[in-house]
Amino acid sequence: MSGRVLVGVKRVIDYAVKIRVKPDKTGVVTDGVKHSMNPFCEIAVEEAVRLREKKLMKEVIAVSCGPQQCQETIRTALAMGADRGIHVEVSGKDYENLGPLQVSKIMAALAKKEEASLVIVGKQAIDGDCNQTGQMTAALLDWPQGTFASEVSVDGDGLKVEREIDGGLESVRIKMPAVVTTDLRLNEPRYATLPNIMKAKKKKIASVKPADLGVELTSRLEILAVEDPPQRQSGVKVEHLVEDCPVASPSTLGIEVGGVLCCRGGTCLSSQYTVITAGLD
Amino acid sequence: MTFNWVRRISKLSRWQGAFQSCIFSCKRYSVQEQCRVPSSVVEAFRAVTGSDGVSMGTAVREQHGKDESVHSCRPPDVVVWPRSVEEVSALARLCHQHSLPMIPFGTGTGLEGGVGALKGGVCFDLQKMDRVLDFHAEDFDVTVEPGVTRTRLNSYLRDSGLWFPVDPGADASLCGMAATSASGTNAVRYGTMRENVMNLEVVLSDGTIVHTAGKGRRTRKTAAGYNLTNLFVGSEGTLGIITKATLRLYGIPEAVVSAVCSFSSVQAAVDSTVQILQCGIPIARIEFLDDVMIDACNRYSKLSYPVSPTLFLEFHGSERSLEEQVSLAEEITKANSGSDFSWAKDQETRSRLWKARHDAWYAALAIRPRCKAYSTDVCVPISRLPQIIVETKQDLTQNRLTGPIAGHVGDGNFHCLMLLDPTDPDEVQRVQEFTDRLARRALAMDGSCTGEHGVGLGKRALLREEVGPLCMGVMEGVKASLDPQNLMNPGKVL
Repeated sequence: MSGRVLVGVKRVIDYAVKIRVKPDKTGVVTDGVKHSMNPFCEIAVEEAVRLREKKLMKEVIAVSCGPQQCQETIRTALAMGADRGIHVEVSGKDYENLGPLQVSKIMAALAKKEEASLVIVGKQAIDGDCNQTGQMTAALLDWPQGTFASEVSVDGDGLKVEREIDGGLESVRIKMPAVVTTDLRLNEPRYATLPNIMKAKKKKIASVKPADLGVELTSRLEILAVEDPPQRQSGVKVEHLVEDCPVASPSTLGIEVGGVLCCRGGTCLSSQYTVITAGLD
Repeated sequence: MTFNWVRRISKLSRWQGAFQSCIFSCKRYSVQEQCRVPSSVVEAFRAVTGSDGVSMGTAVREQHGKDESVHSCRPPDVVVWPRSVEEVSALARLCHQHSLPMIPFGTGTGLEGGVGALKGGVCFDLQKMDRVLDFHAEDFDVTVEPGVTRTRLNSYLRDSGLWFPVDPGADASLCGMAATSASGTNAVRYGTMRENVMNLEVVLSDGTIVHTAGKGRRTRKTAAGYNLTNLFVGSEGTLGIITKATLRLYGIPEAVVSAVCSFSSVQAAVDSTVQILQCGIPIARIEFLDDVMIDACNRYSKLSYPVSPTLFLEFHGSERSLEEQVSLAEEITKANSGSDFSWAKDQETRSRLWKARHDAWYAALAIRPRCKAYSTDVCVPISRLPQIIVETKQDLTQNRLTGPIAGHVGDGNFHCLMLLDPTDPDEVQRVQEFTDRLARRALAMDGSCTGEHGVGLGKRALLREEVGPLCMGVMEGVKASLDPQNLMNPGKVL
């Protein structure tokens, strides 16, 4: 089996960063915030590189859609072992509205153009949490898909994919060309090491525009507002005993919540207060 | 604290006071009913940090009076959360004015009782200062604030090909690691905090902010002036509060190979270690587990290592250099009648191979359920290691103590994980005496009473024996000069 693997990598806010919502509620603060490759994309790159190292695939191409900074993300993929990169230039309003549908169209167009045998993407991005791109790409290409992969092996002219589903593990056999989306336990991605980072600087990243691929980027979605989750209410010292509680009913009296009676360090059943044990603050 | 107490008392009397005294009487330490910090000073603290930056709550204070050692909880009177070095300085000035003890607090993962507030006072919890600043990939350095832990820094650095290798096991604050001169399993190749801290920003007891190597300086070497950076490394909060550390970074190893090899005797295992080092093999980790520990690990992790002294090795380097390193190391172990090497290259198999070493702490605890564990920590020149380990094992047997041994033999440093029943005063006494004998045994062999955990609360007398009264006098002079009122973490180290 010898073919090309197309791997989608997304530049997202680093998972360790505390997200802050912009005051105008149009989005989250991204300026000056640390960005890195989406963790599921790292797993996808690792799997693709392992397939090539096992000589089951001959070339790994890393693709990213977005502004100039996406090239850093592609370089990380190259440092992990991808052979070349493709940067699909999307910026400004188009980038703000870029979603799974647009990305899938781009990936489908590139998969055809590069004559890929396999497209691997992360199961979801940690910013959008959409879990749609892989599936839409497969649908647009009319290719089979193995999603939430926790194990991938080549089986003749197809792939055997072990999928993590709610009920446990499901094994499917899919013919190539196919789309795979990676789940957490598929592999442990390697770190980019200094010599590989140096070598990656020499690998090629081609730039294309979505229009060159015949992809139109209008979004059918409009973001109305982005808001913080409701603030946790401050605690209130409850001065009275359970028997006096205005919201506790006879059936809730004497119920132990976490080993303590309601209104004594347990959870206020009226959900109005975060209850603190009297005497401690 | 039994819940029934609470119910009964609250039904008997509806006074808060009764409830309060019930909770207090169930604790093992005595909490001062009268706080030593005047309320006007607490208000002044709030003016600096904001109202949510100060707490006097009992639970909060208890949390800050205890670390991971067996020393009992000694809570401070107040806990403050400064958000910047300017706030630390302002708070320190207030404490200095009112002669209040100050105790810096990172992650509370210390092992020698360093955070106990023996004289009450103010605990400076620095976790809100958690930025990674000034990362220079080309120069292999980064500056961090005290809230940044080791794993967080390495996660931040992962795309750059660099890492900070000092690994004490716990996910500790890097500035805290600087304060205790921490080390870890790969010190044999990458050094300890002493070798890897290039500059510190410190707040002294009177609020003065000092950059020990000069502000912003980050050279790989310097001959400029007194080495103040290394004075504060290992000072355990007794000379100042560390608010920034500039650290030396290393390249992430291209490839890693782990190996395990067992021996018929401690001597053979340590001889192999010494010879591996003398060959110049840049071994990254070389860990020793004695037969008791291996037995515990076999039971706990359901493994089947031969029950005898065992070495766990790890090699870092390029693919080709690893082949050389491993084959040379294997020759050496074979020459010492070591078993065949079991070795692994990929992450998943390496983790399995080293599982015994990773689970050692828990495996030791599982030997005797419901017991606490105390880890001893001494360091000797490598050539004396076989002797001290053999004598220590004899001591354990003679005194009916359970103490599986794990050691960083490449540094001559080893730990006995003493299992003790805290409710048995005889056993507690025997463990204490054993620990003192062990430390003195190490001192008698040109060693040190603490390889990496620090002096803290329990080893001050041993420090005196180790350095001698004249050197002690110099240390006390330095302390008196930097902290004449003895406000910085009083009762520790000296």
